Amino acid sequence: MSYKIPMGPYHPGLEEPYKLEMICEGETVQDAELKIGFNFRGVEHLAETRNYIQVIALMERVCGICSFIHTLTLCQAMEQLAGVEPPPRARYIRVVMAELERLHSHVLWAGIAAKLMGFKTMFMTCFALREKVMDVLQAISGNRVNYSMNCLGGVNRDVEDAPAIAGMVDDLEREMMRTIIPIFTTSSTARSRCAGIGVLTHDKALSCAVVGPTARASDVNQDLRRDAPYAAYAELDFEVPVEKAGDVRARLFVRALEIIESCRILRHALSNMPPGEISLNIDKPAFQAGTAISRVEAPRGEVMYSVTWKENSRNPARVHVRTPTYANMPAVRWMVRGARLADTPLIQASIDPCYSCTDR
Amino acid sequence: MNLWNRLMCMARRRSPWLFHMNSGSCNGCDIEIVAALSPRYDAEQLGVRLEGSPRHADILCVTGPVTRKAAGAVKTVYGQVCGPKAVVAIGSCPATTNVFIDSRTLVGPLDKHIPVDVYVPGCPPRPDAIIAGVAKAAEILAGRGRNTAPASSATATVTPDFSPAVVQASSPPSGISANGEREGQP
Repeated sequence: MSYKIPMGPYHPGLEEPYKLEMICEGETVQDAELKIGFNFRGVEHLAETRNYIQVIALMERVCGICSFIHTLTLCQAMEQLAGVEPPPRARYIRVVMAELERLHSHVLWAGIAAKLMGFKTMFMTCFALREKVMDVLQAISGNRVNYSMNCLGGVNRDVEDAPAIAGMVDDLEREMMRTIIPIFTTSSTARSRCAGIGVLTHDKALSCAVVGPTARASDVNQDLRRDAPYAAYAELDFEVPVEKAGDVRARLFVRALEIIESCRILRHALSNMPPGEISLNIDKPAFQAGTAISRVEAPRGEVMYSVTWKENSRNPARVHVRTPTYANMPAVRWMVRGARLADTPLIQASIDPCYSCTDR
Repeated sequence: MNLWNRLMCMARRRSPWLFHMNSGSCNGCDIEIVAALSPRYDAEQLGVRLEGSPRHADILCVTGPVTRKAAGAVKTVYGQVCGPKAVVAIGSCPATTNVFIDSRTLVGPLDKHIPVDVYVPGCPPRPDAIIAGVAKAAEILAGRGRNTAPASSATATVTPDFSPAVVQASSPPSGISANGEREGQP
C-alpha cells in the first residue's frame, strides 16, 4: 500500500513555496510530483511593458540570489541588439561581480544544506562567512542584494580600490579553506547524511539535460564560462571541477571546489583589471529588429535570455528567460526514487532550487 | 491586569516567534530575514526565533507582492497564527507591489488581504531594518495582549536609514478598526 505525502507549499523544510507530493511505501519514496507556480508574478509579460532602462530594474528582481546574473544576461542580449560592445574594464567588473555572487550563493546553499542535515552550527558558520562576501559586494556596488550594477554598454559602478577588494577576497578564501570546506568534506555528520543519497547517474543526467553543479556532480563536464566564454572569462584561467559519484556529497564537493576556483578567478581578475571607461554611456541606443540570445553560467547553471525587439521600439517585444532550476527540476524525481522520506528535503535542496526564477 | 497577563505581555515582547511567509517574493527579502538571524546581526538576542509552524508563531513576516496563487494561503496562515498576533510586511513588495505593479497575476498589496502592523520598506530592507521592524511588532504585540485598549495600534513604518531606533508612526490602515480591535482575530 502506498501513501501520498504532500510537502509544501508552505513548509518549514522549503525555502520557497512549491509543492512536492511524494508517493511512499512505508519510509521509501516511490515517486514524486512537483507543483510550482506560487511565485508567478508575470515578469516576462511585464518586461514587454517596460522600456530598455526599466526592464533592467525589473529583471533584477526575478531572483534575489542571482540578481546580477539576470541583468548581466539581459544586458548582453540587449548589447547584441544595440550593436555595442562593453569596454574591457566593464567586462572585468562583470566577472568580479558574477564570481562574488557565485561565492555568496554557494555559501548560502551550504548553509541551507547544513540546516537540512540538522547541522545548525554549520548553518550559522556559513551565514557568518557569507556576511564577509556581502561586505565585498557592498563595498563594490553599495547594495547587499539587488546591486543594480549592469547597464546597457557597461556597468554603473567602478571597482575603485582593487587591492583592498583583493585583500578581502584573500581573507575570505582563508576562512573558506579553514572552516567550511574541511567540515563539509571530512565531518562524519556531513558524510553520513550526504554520501550515497539522491544519486543521479551520468546517463540520467544527460537524458534529463541537467545543468550547472548538478550536472558537474554527475560527471557531465560542462561550464559555459569555459565552453562559451562571455564577459572576460576567455582571458582568465580556471578549472572546472567535475565529480563522478552523482550523489548529494558529490554536489557538495563540486560547490566547495567552485568556491576555491571563484576565489582564484576573483584574485586574477582584480589584479589584471585593465584601466579605462566602465561604460559607453549610451544615450539613445538604436536597437535592431530581431532576436538576440545570451547565455551565462549562473551559480545554479545555465541561464538563457532570448530578447526580441521590434523596429523603432523603446520596449522589448519579448523577453524569454530559461532558468537553471527549470532544467534541474525534473531530475529530482529520479533522485528521490528509492530514497528515505527523511532525506527528501536535503535531496531536493541539493540541486539548489530557485523557484522564484523558475516561476518568474 | 493580573500578574499572569503582565507576564504574558513581557514574554511576548521579549521572545516573539516569527513565521516567515513567502507570498511570491524574489528571495531577496527572505535571505535578508535569514541573514538577520545569523551571527552578524543576531536577532536571537531579542528572543526572535523562526518557527516552522504558524500555530507556534506570534509575528507573521510576509514577503512578496502576494501572487494570485498565494493570496488564499496568506489568509489561511494569518488565521492559523494564534492571537494576539502582529504582521510585519517585509520589503517594498507587500507594501506597494514594487516593480511588479500592473501585473495581472498579482492581487497585492498585502493590506488588501490581512491587516499589517509594521511596514519595513526597502528592496530588500537591510537586516538591521528587519530587526527594527520585528522589535516594533513585538511592542505592538505586547500592547495587544493587555486587557486594556492597546496604545500602539497604529501602523508603524521603519525608516530605511539603518538606525533601528527611528520608527515613524502613521495612520492606521483600513484593516484595523478605531478601538484597536483587529478583524478576523479568533
